[in-house]
Amino acid sequence: MTTLAIDGLNVTFSTEDGPLHALKNVSFDVPENRIVGIVGESGCGKSTLINAILGLLADNGSIDSGSILFQGRDDLTKLGPAQMRDLRGPKISTVFQDPMGALNPVISVGQQMINIQYRSDISKQEKAQRAVDMLELVRIPDARAALARYPHQFSGGMKQRIAIAMALMMEPALLIADEPTTALDATLEVTTIELLKDLQQQIGCSVLFISHHLGVIAELCDDVVVMYAGEVVERGTVRQIFNDPRHPYTARLLECDPARQSERTRSLPTIPGEIPDLRARPRGCIFANRCHRVHDACAAPPPDHDVGDGHVARCFVANVPETVEATA
Amino acid sequence: MSDDPILTVRDVQVSFPVGGLRKRDAILGVAGVSFDVRRGETFALVGESGSGKTTLARAVNGLQAISNGEITFEGQRIDGLDRKSMKPVRKRMSMMFQDPVGSLSPRMTVGDLVTEPFRIHGIEGRNLRDEAARLLSLVGLPTDFVSRFPHQLSGGQARRVGVARAIALDPALIIADEPTAGLDVSVQGEVLNLLNDLRERLGLAMMIITHNLHVVHHVADRTAVMYLGRFVEAGDTEEVFGAPRHPYTAALLSANPEPDPDKTHDRITLPAEVPSLLARPPGCEFHTRCPWAQPACSAKAPTPTQEGTRAVACHFPLEPGARPPTQSESAA
Repeated sequence: MTTLAIDGLNVTFSTEDGPLHALKNVSFDVPENRIVGIVGESGCGKSTLINAILGLLADNGSIDSGSILFQGRDDLTKLGPAQMRDLRGPKISTVFQDPMGALNPVISVGQQMINIQYRSDISKQEKAQRAVDMLELVRIPDARAALARYPHQFSGGMKQRIAIAMALMMEPALLIADEPTTALDATLEVTTIELLKDLQQQIGCSVLFISHHLGVIAELCDDVVVMYAGEVVERGTVRQIFNDPRHPYTARLLECDPARQSERTRSLPTIPGEIPDLRARPRGCIFANRCHRVHDACAAPPPDHDVGDGHVARCFVANVPETVEATA
Repeated sequence: MSDDPILTVRDVQVSFPVGGLRKRDAILGVAGVSFDVRRGETFALVGESGSGKTTLARAVNGLQAISNGEITFEGQRIDGLDRKSMKPVRKRMSMMFQDPVGSLSPRMTVGDLVTEPFRIHGIEGRNLRDEAARLLSLVGLPTDFVSRFPHQLSGGQARRVGVARAIALDPALIIADEPTAGLDVSVQGEVLNLLNDLRERLGLAMMIITHNLHVVHHVADRTAVMYLGRFVEAGDTEEVFGAPRHPYTAALLSANPEPDPDKTHDRITLPAEVPSLLARPPGCEFHTRCPWAQPACSAKAPTPTQEGTRAVACHFPLEPGARPPTQSESAA
C-alpha cells in the first residue's frame, strides 16, 4: 500500500500581482516503509508541498486540482479541518529544522511528552513510561531523569532527537522531516540520520525527508524527488537519481555540489540564470531558460518521461543520457 | 595575500551570565581564542551550532562585549570601544548576517538597502543612485533591481544584496556568518564565487563562518575548528583537511555525508553527548567523546601547540590515517 500518493497537485497563491502558481502538476508516491527525499533550492515549493499535505496552506493559498491520497483512503485535499486535526499527530507527524521552536521552553520535556498523548486513554503513569521508552529509543542518556528537565538543558542534537521522539510517539504512518539536520554539525547530522533510519525500520513508517544537502539525501533516502520552481522535474530511486540523472537540472545540480569536486577549486560550478517568475510561468519547460540542452520542442510543456523502473523525468530528452549525447 | 595580519584576536573570552537572583553563574560562550586574519585571505571558522562561532564573530565586530582578551584591527585596539568610536571601525569591517531575507528591511527597496551604509555613516558628496548602480553591478545584479523589495528577490539575489551592502564602504574585512545557509548548491556556488571574486578584486580579507565542510575546503586558505568555545585545531585548510591532527576534526571530516549512495563510509563515531557549557568536562573538554582518550586527558587541559602553520590542542595528536582504537585495545 502506498502511504501517500500525490497526483497532479496544483497550488496557487493569490498575491497583489496576480495568482502565483506555486506547485504545478506535482505527482509522486511515498511508498510504505520507504524514505523519500525531496531536494530543491529554497523557493522551489518544498514547504508549500508540506503545508498542502498537512492542510496548513496560508489563507491566500488554494489547491486548484489534484489529489493527495493518504493510505489509499483519505484524500487530504478534501478533508475538513476537524478530520485533518485527527490525522495530524497520530497518523502524520512532523519534525522541523529548529528543535527549539518545536519544544516549549517553559514546560519540562516530560510534561510535554505526556501532554501530546492527550488522545490516548492510558493512565498518566503509562504515558510517562511511554515517554521514557521513546527517549531511550532516541538514545537520550538517563531518560527517566530527563523527563524533569527543560529543553534548554539539552544540547542541540539532543533537542532534535527529543523532537523526533515526540513526532514518533504515536507511531505515525508518515513522518515529514523538514531539514531536521541543517542546524547540526557533521558528526551529529550523521548520528541523527542513522537514528532516523533505525527508527523508521523499527516503527515501520514512511518518511518524507526534505533537505538541500545532497550528501544527506544520498545516504538516508530510498527514493528521491527533485523539485524545481514548483515542479517535480525528476523522481526515481536514490541510485537512479545520483548515478543516472536524466533531467538536465538534476545533472547540473549534482555537478554543482562542492562535495563532488575532489580537486580544490576557487571557482565552483553554478547554473547560470534565474528561476522564472512563478506569476508568469513559461508555457513550455520551466528549466528551458537555463538549460544547456534546450531545443525547439522545449517551448511546449514537456511530458513526464518514464525512462524505466519508475524513473521519471519531465524532459523531452530524458531518454537520451547526457554522456551518450556528448559522444554522439 | 601577505603575512601582515589585519585582525589579531588574543585570548578572547565572552561570558554570559546565567541563573537567577539566588544562584549567579556565568558560562563562557567563547573560552579563550587567539587567531590572526591576514590581508586578502579567507579564514574559516567551523564548528557545530552552539560552539561559539557566531558569538566570536559578533565579539570581533563589537556587537558583543568581551570579558577578557584583546582584539586589534588594522593596528587599533577595538575591544571595549563605545558605539561612537566603533562606528568608523565598522566602515572597514563589515558583517553579513545569517538569513539573507531576514537581514534586509522588508520596507526598503534594494536601492535604499545598498546605499543605507552611506547614510548611516553620513558619507556625503556621493550620488547615491550612481553608488547603487555601481554596487549592484559589482555583485552581478541588474541595475533595475534598485526599485525591488526584498520579498521580490530569490534567496541567491537577497544574498547578493547582502554582499553589496557589505562592500559598500570599501571595507578591508568582511565577516560572513553562514553566507550559504539555506541556498541550494548551485546558488551557493554563485555566492561563494562572487565573494571570492570580490576578495581578489578589492583585496578583501574574509572571515567565513559555516558548518559546511565541503565549502570550507574549496574557499578557505586557513581553517579553525571550534568546540565548546575553543579552537581545537587551526591551520592551513589543505593541511587540516589532508591530515587532521585533532580527533574532533578527524571525526567531523569522516562524518561529512557524500553525495554518493554507493559510498561506503569509514566513520569515526563519537560516543556520548556534547557537554553543557554549564558543566565543562575537566581536563581536555573533548575527552568525554574522544575515542582515543587516555587517563591523562581528563586530568589536564591541553595547551594549543604550534606545529608549522598548524596549532592543535590535544595531548596525543593523531598520526595521518589514524583509526580509533577498538574496544579491546582501549580497555588494555
